[in-house]
Amino acid sequence: MTIDWIDKLQRLLQTLAFCLAISAIQYAFQPEKGYDIPVRYSLCIGMLTWASIDFGRHLFPSSKGSGWPTGLAGFVLPLGGIVLGYLGGTLLADGWTGGSSWAEGGRTQLRISIGITVLAGTAASYYFYTDGKSAWLQAKMNEVRSQATEAQLKLLETQLEPHMLFNTLANLRVLIGTDPVRAQHMLDRMIDYLRATLSASRSTQHPLVQEFDRLRDYLELMAIRMGPRLAYTLDLPDTLRDVPVPPLLLQPLVENAIRHGLEPQVEGGHITVSARTQNSTIPGATTPLLVIEVNDTGVGLINAPATLPSIGQGFGLSQVRERLATLYGSEGTLNLIAGSAGGSSARVTFPLKSSIDP
Amino acid sequence: MNTPLPRALIAEDEPLLAAGLRQELALAWPALQIAATVGDGLSAVQQSLALLPDVLFFDIRMPGLNGLEAAAELADAWPTGRPFPALVFVTAYDQYAVQAFETQAVDYLLKPVQAARLQKTVQKLQLALMNKAQPAINFESTLEQLRHLLTAPGIAPPQAASLPASSTAPLTFIQASSGSQIHMVAVADVLYFEAADKYVRVLTAAREFLIRTPLKELAPQLDSQVFWQVHRSILVRAASITTVGRDEAGKLHLELAGRPEKLTVSRLYAHLFKAM
Repeated sequence: MTIDWIDKLQRLLQTLAFCLAISAIQYAFQPEKGYDIPVRYSLCIGMLTWASIDFGRHLFPSSKGSGWPTGLAGFVLPLGGIVLGYLGGTLLADGWTGGSSWAEGGRTQLRISIGITVLAGTAASYYFYTDGKSAWLQAKMNEVRSQATEAQLKLLETQLEPHMLFNTLANLRVLIGTDPVRAQHMLDRMIDYLRATLSASRSTQHPLVQEFDRLRDYLELMAIRMGPRLAYTLDLPDTLRDVPVPPLLLQPLVENAIRHGLEPQVEGGHITVSARTQNSTIPGATTPLLVIEVNDTGVGLINAPATLPSIGQGFGLSQVRERLATLYGSEGTLNLIAGSAGGSSARVTFPLKSSIDP
Repeated sequence: MNTPLPRALIAEDEPLLAAGLRQELALAWPALQIAATVGDGLSAVQQSLALLPDVLFFDIRMPGLNGLEAAAELADAWPTGRPFPALVFVTAYDQYAVQAFETQAVDYLLKPVQAARLQKTVQKLQLALMNKAQPAINFESTLEQLRHLLTAPGIAPPQAASLPASSTAPLTFIQASSGSQIHMVAVADVLYFEAADKYVRVLTAAREFLIRTPLKELAPQLDSQVFWQVHRSILVRAASITTVGRDEAGKLHLELAGRPEKLTVSRLYAHLFKAM
């Protein structure tokens, strides 16, 4: 158990101020009694109540949220504290003033003292309780916020892979000198790509035609870089143009096809991205499935069997799997298949819906 | 005095970048002749051996062999007596690679290549070409640098770099399939591993097996004190080596107890065998 002494000092001062305020009010109502006596009682009872509650709470298992004991102890503690504070504080103050409250004071006086102690004790306890709770909530909120930011950054970092970014810039730099028209064309593709990547983290869906446009931007950039080593075909039937899909879902698949398929292969290869529908295999299901395939003629999975686990668990693919699982449950799947004529094929399947529920 | 003009070879898989580097070099070092421009690691080795250039610009990420592997391969096959070319690595963004280059004092260029930075490299190269008085020492230090770079973290090709760390647990059995059977080969029986095209040959005293796991992924799972890398494609059980011989060309060969064939040691790993 660690005690935050700065926090305790802060609360001690707050309690002190509270006690002074109470005795000031008492003085205002009963000026004939003077200020001296009520202040002594108020201070003694108040400080003792505060001390027994605020230090007493460390003896109980407390909730992480407010630092307050959980369950029944949460009620018993302030009650006990108030009783102890009243009895002990009164005795203390009696000693200080040289009188005896219980022997001398009338019944009315007794009722007033008890009433003030209970009210003030409850109010102060409640105040400290909510104060602690809101501080905790604030901290929790900041934590969650920074976690979300971190996840977003991580996603951005994979999509804006520095190696890809700097190589693209290097190509642009050359083109500016030799072929300004092509340089502009390349820059336009890059602007679209960057814009799409930056906004993807904010929207939850876009039409499939837009997804294909973004793939075209990326492939176009890569085609300028890789020259004749990269050829590609995008095959999107007109009927599927407006189908909503999660933004940039396919991006990591195409990236993998280039990085693990074509780049290691001296002669390069061809990438085909195609979309089609298929009836659900689950009995009774009425919604057809959307099937999107990314095929490449690269080195393939057969020639790199030992790297299969690392390909399957790479951040790109696990991110696609996670997104599919959150959006479609068990109906969203991603399969990696070795192509019959070499190369590999990544197949994403999920229910065709008119909109995605977030 | 009529010294021949210096010649360079550029290995870069992106055609535009190769063209760009040529142009920049033409401005920064007009006397430099570009002997060839190639797009992959294997061609880089072959063309370098055929053309014997003075300077090499090697991209790190290339198909076939990466820039480092190509340089190591080239160092191994380089004709004795001829000064080894000055090496410059070119890379887009490889934090680890740059760190490794810095610690090994290897010259490198960052893409996009900028004129001012290239000028510095060119000055260094010109100086190096003038001081080729002690080629043997230069070659040794190049080998040393390459050896360090090949084992530096982060420069290995992306597939190997992304392997989970759990795979580093020491291997006790090699599972080799033949037909419908799987042979359990105790690692303790293996004398050496040799990479051959798409397979790795696993050799015991009595038999030979083929597995598909690349040597690069096998190596971290074996005890490096027990199995020594003596060549890019050979991991050998050190305890089984009986003699080390040197041929006329200066190449080292290993004889093993239990195997008739001799294994070649590449220059990169020749430092492992020195009389005490």
